[in-house]
Amino acid sequence: MTGRVLVGVKRVIDYAVKIRVKPDNTGVATDGVKHSMNPFCEIAVEEAVRLKEKKLVNEVVAVSCGPQQVQETIRTALAMGADRGIHVEVSGKDYESLGPLQVSKILAALAKKEDASLIILGKQAIDDDCNQTGQMTAAQLDWPQGTFASEVTFEGDKLKVVREVDGGLETIKINTPAVVTADLRLNTPRYATLPNIMKAKKKKIATMKPGDLGVDMSSRVEVLRVDEPPQRQAGMKVESVEELVGKLKEAGRI
Amino acid sequence: MEVVRDHVTQRDLAISRDLVTKQSAVAAAVMLRVFTKTNLRSLSGLIQRFQSTLVVAEHNNDTLTPITLSAITAANKLGGEVSCLIAGTDCAKVAEQLSQVEGVKKVLVAQHDAYKGLLPEELTPLILATQQQFKFTHICAGASAFGKNLLPRVASKLDVAPISDIIEIKSPDTFVRTIYAGNALSTVKCNEKVKVFTVRGTSFEPAKQGGSATSEQVSTAGPAGISEWLEQNLTKSDRPELTSAKVVVSGGRGLKSGENFKLLYDLADRLNAAVGASRAAVDAGYVPNDLQVGQTGKIVAPELYIAVGISGAIQHLAGMKDSKTIVAINKDPEAPIFQVADFGLVADLFKAVPEMIEALKK
Repeated sequence: MTGRVLVGVKRVIDYAVKIRVKPDNTGVATDGVKHSMNPFCEIAVEEAVRLKEKKLVNEVVAVSCGPQQVQETIRTALAMGADRGIHVEVSGKDYESLGPLQVSKILAALAKKEDASLIILGKQAIDDDCNQTGQMTAAQLDWPQGTFASEVTFEGDKLKVVREVDGGLETIKINTPAVVTADLRLNTPRYATLPNIMKAKKKKIATMKPGDLGVDMSSRVEVLRVDEPPQRQAGMKVESVEELVGKLKEAGRI
Repeated sequence: MEVVRDHVTQRDLAISRDLVTKQSAVAAAVMLRVFTKTNLRSLSGLIQRFQSTLVVAEHNNDTLTPITLSAITAANKLGGEVSCLIAGTDCAKVAEQLSQVEGVKKVLVAQHDAYKGLLPEELTPLILATQQQFKFTHICAGASAFGKNLLPRVASKLDVAPISDIIEIKSPDTFVRTIYAGNALSTVKCNEKVKVFTVRGTSFEPAKQGGSATSEQVSTAGPAGISEWLEQNLTKSDRPELTSAKVVVSGGRGLKSGENFKLLYDLADRLNAAVGASRAAVDAGYVPNDLQVGQTGKIVAPELYIAVGISGAIQHLAGMKDSKTIVAINKDPEAPIFQVADFGLVADLFKAVPEMIEALKK
């Protein structure tokens, strides 16, 4: 297959940050908190770049939806080897209510506009933990989906996808164009080297608005409140295995 | 009020409308009084009668997957009538099981060779056709690999935003789910015409036996033919299934090798436990991916969770911190796992685990 791959990348709070719920329970504090590319999106970018290195695709286009800052996330993808970027500018109220439904419509519209033959996304974002966008994009386009992929190989104009499912692994074969979502074990993303970061600065990022793509941003899901989860009571340290087994027997657990 | 709620059914309303058109003043007056007496609570009871939920059943042509039973419990909390759709290449046995589940009114059966491997490209048109016919207000499934793969595709086709992995139902349109690896609880109100959601299995008790649902064939759409299921490589094990086990023994990087995991298998056998793992252990190739517990793996909430050689990263805690009792065995006293453990033992696992196996033999 030759063609164009779209890769969706999301800017999220860094995976190692311990998040804080805002005191007014409207959400999670994001100001001044370290952000990075969603780990699953890094894997998606890596896979797309590898396909290009194997000359299975011609061009890799990184897309992100959100405010100005998501351009940094797109730059990261460019430094990893994506050819160009598209920033779909969403800010203010629209950004607060931006969800997988809107993003999937944007991605579907871009896939048509760019004549993409493959879309690779992460299987979920680590902030909203939705695990929806890839599936919804495939539906918008009526393309098949290879979700939770741990291995992707081309077989002619079809894709063989090994998926991580509950009991183990499952292999499917899907037509192209298709949507693939990356699981953790699809690959190990590369680090962007300094020369590549410098080169990425010269690569182009096109900016557009959802309206340019004909996408309606209204949302019918309302976040009423965000709370801290219940805290666990402090536990105790035991000195020996004997004491541990004793305590568990006392508690009726064994 | 109880009487009012129980007697005002859709049929009664239709009859009352009929009577009104016939100028039957007496009947109309009675109905009016009924309505003025109707307080808010019974009104919502009335609304709930018009609700209907479709649960998409997960199965392997032989048995129903336990998470479906949790989804049925969740569906029943909505208050309306619950139907279950079973699609597959061989549905008879599972349809029979489903019809005996308490709280299921109707079992819809769609048997066709196109449903081999339960591909979402094939199941989505079927669910849409079923939705066309029955106009459900809610469509749900368990938040397993199957449910997560399928329901967002269905929602997208219905042009509605789905809600993933709910842990609580506050009302027919208000749900609670976790975000940020379980570090925040988000209460969301869904104003969509159809609510499409997946259910966290560990947050809802499985529905019990004792039902007697009717069974009905539903028309199958023609094969979409854009995807094909080739094969499955399932991890075989005699141990209980990870997500529903009462006791789980999990190992992390501290185990150092796949061979050393045998220690945990021995301990698990003593406790009739399932074996889980941290991402590090899976990435290092000690165990297969389907054992991973965490934000991106499986969510478990057993009575007892024993974490061995696991530091307790945010992403791992997301998958097990609702366990009733947590035990940590780790030689690093600073490991974050000790912050959530009810009982912590600072020790070398290679010494402690064999000792524990011995202690349990007594």
